[in-house]
Amino acid sequence: MSSDAIRVEALGKRYRLGAARGAFTYGSLRDTLADAASSSLQRLRGGARSAPRAQPTLWALRDVTFSVAPGEVVGIIGRNGAGKSTLLKILSRITKPTEGAVEFLGRLGSLLEVGTGFHPELTGRDNIYLNGAILGMRRDEIRRKFDDIVEFSGVSAFIDTPVKRYSSGMYVRLAFAVAAHLEPEILVVDEVLAVGDAAFQKQCLGKMQEVSRTGRTILFVSHNMQAVTRLCPRALLLSDGHVIEDGPSEAVVARYLSSELGTQALREWAPTDPAAPGNEWVRLRTIRVVDEQGATAESIDVRRRVGIEIAFEVRRREEPFVPGIVLVNEQGAPVFSAMDTDPRWREPCDPGRYTSTAWIPGNLLNEGTMVVSVALGTYTSGGKTLRQAVANDAVAFQVVDPGGGGTARGDYAGTWTAPVRPLLQWTVMETTWKN
Amino acid sequence: MIEASLQVTRVEPPRGWAQLRLREVFEYRELAAFLVWRDIKVRYKQTAFGVAWAVIQPVMAMVLFTIVFGRIAQLPSDGVPYPIFTFAALLPWQVFAASLVGSANSLVGSAGLLTKVYFPRLIVPLAASLATLVDFLVSFAVMGVLMAYYHVAPSPAIVALPLFLGLALTTSLGVGLWFAALNVKYRDVQYVLPFTMQLWLFASPVAYSASLIHSPLGRAIYSLNPMAGVIQGFRWALLGGPAPGALIWASVGVAVALLASGLFFFKRMEDTFADVI
Repeated sequence: MSSDAIRVEALGKRYRLGAARGAFTYGSLRDTLADAASSSLQRLRGGARSAPRAQPTLWALRDVTFSVAPGEVVGIIGRNGAGKSTLLKILSRITKPTEGAVEFLGRLGSLLEVGTGFHPELTGRDNIYLNGAILGMRRDEIRRKFDDIVEFSGVSAFIDTPVKRYSSGMYVRLAFAVAAHLEPEILVVDEVLAVGDAAFQKQCLGKMQEVSRTGRTILFVSHNMQAVTRLCPRALLLSDGHVIEDGPSEAVVARYLSSELGTQALREWAPTDPAAPGNEWVRLRTIRVVDEQGATAESIDVRRRVGIEIAFEVRRREEPFVPGIVLVNEQGAPVFSAMDTDPRWREPCDPGRYTSTAWIPGNLLNEGTMVVSVALGTYTSGGKTLRQAVANDAVAFQVVDPGGGGTARGDYAGTWTAPVRPLLQWTVMETTWKN
Repeated sequence: MIEASLQVTRVEPPRGWAQLRLREVFEYRELAAFLVWRDIKVRYKQTAFGVAWAVIQPVMAMVLFTIVFGRIAQLPSDGVPYPIFTFAALLPWQVFAASLVGSANSLVGSAGLLTKVYFPRLIVPLAASLATLVDFLVSFAVMGVLMAYYHVAPSPAIVALPLFLGLALTTSLGVGLWFAALNVKYRDVQYVLPFTMQLWLFASPVAYSASLIHSPLGRAIYSLNPMAGVIQGFRWALLGGPAPGALIWASVGVAVALLASGLFFFKRMEDTFADVI
């Protein structure tokens, strides 16, 4: 082995779908026994041995090869499901790879979640010891750093209170404080910074910078592009379990923001495709997510407007109908629905090709994946909708905040719930009391 | 700066039969100690009677057995008062049952840890098992009080008591490891477990005397239950009853086989825990 701190060789991890994902993550002994019984019964009858039930599998990671020099700070980016977490789990030895290997030099500490193993009934003091031990610190090491940890956390007044009485902010502070005092040669961090308030975020980033200056090797997974470019000189871009870009983080982040990762932003139906949504007089042809320049865009800067372009073909002049869209976020929460209010749609259309584009303003949507459904609907006087052509979950795009301000995020780097995140205008009025 | 002396860790796909790597478990002994300490500290934290439960449980069982088996069924108790006769058996039985059930459920109860941090997974059932020793010490004190009350002096064989306690823990951990690993994949274990413990209780001489079994074949089969040997040993060590014969080695053999097979099965399944749990 050379002097690399981490070396990853042709790493792959395959999951059995249904075993690792979905609602039923564990099997039932009864099912297994029943399967075994029925197959041996078949064998007894002399019948052909039934083929083992084909279980769908998924390569969460495949052919991943890279190495990290000692003292390097590397960011890992990619959208949800790209394999980032799987990579960290293998490095942290939580799960074994299916193929390939990883080698690393020295102690590797991982922070996949702050407060792992915190027990709500125990006091802050007890939890510092417990959590420290879980993260791999020795008892005397924790004892030595105890005062620093308490001071860093800022919860010293409540150190002998059970943590179940802590506010979530205090809880996270204490948990991060313990983690921040880990001193492994290699530190693996997964989105820990997505918690806590703005001041705390700054404290965390500062601590990470401080740690990186001490010559430690750090792998940092984040959706926060600003944090990645600031902390990490180098970044890896993962997509569908592969490393598709490895280089200076500015370049990699730029590539990520502009690329069509696994193009979901375009949906097309051939003119003769009978599966194209629609009926005998109107059919959908293409649906695209476009940026301001009209190019198909998989990810959109939160500050820029994004267009949903709907192209369809009218074959017969029949009834009036209206193009409309519905957005949901990656959790399936409705974001909004909208329809084209142009008066032209009050009349039936002449046969031909039409393209209608809905422009969603910048600084309205929250970060994350947005899934768009498209419909061409006829509205009857009774208030009912006759849907002539429907494409559910037709296209999707990512809204990303590249950092650098001008968004509703401000200085806050944490997770932002709710599907929208509009940039509002705030006014303030100060009233001075005079007596 | 990275020194040349740093240890290289290699992570590879699992291959063939797992190595036990008990040395690594030993290196993580401090974590095991912390988990034991946590279990003990948390267990009685929000209970109204606190540690008194460690007294109430075996005493209630003793009262029940004394009424049902001692008075109503009039089972013989080898010449000692029935309450201490059965309590001497409840001592190892309760630590055995608690350790087995605790280790069997330990992995599923620590899912949050298993999916977020690396450590030898054996630590979890091991800590769950060892944490039950505190209750044992408390009930042991109760035994002392009972013996004083009934004017029963301990026999010199009491020095052998830790060996029988060790036998009980070996058995419970062996079976507990099997159940713990199966439990990750098949939650059916949670239904099988109480039922198993109930059957096992009646298959062990807790409420009755092992001397009720006369035929040599019956005794040989009976000794395959390590708890039969453990309980006879406890009665002998505490109350000076008949010493366990050579058949105790059958119990020891079964217990060791259970632990060894449990360890290997656990290690074999270990790599999939984080993916399946």
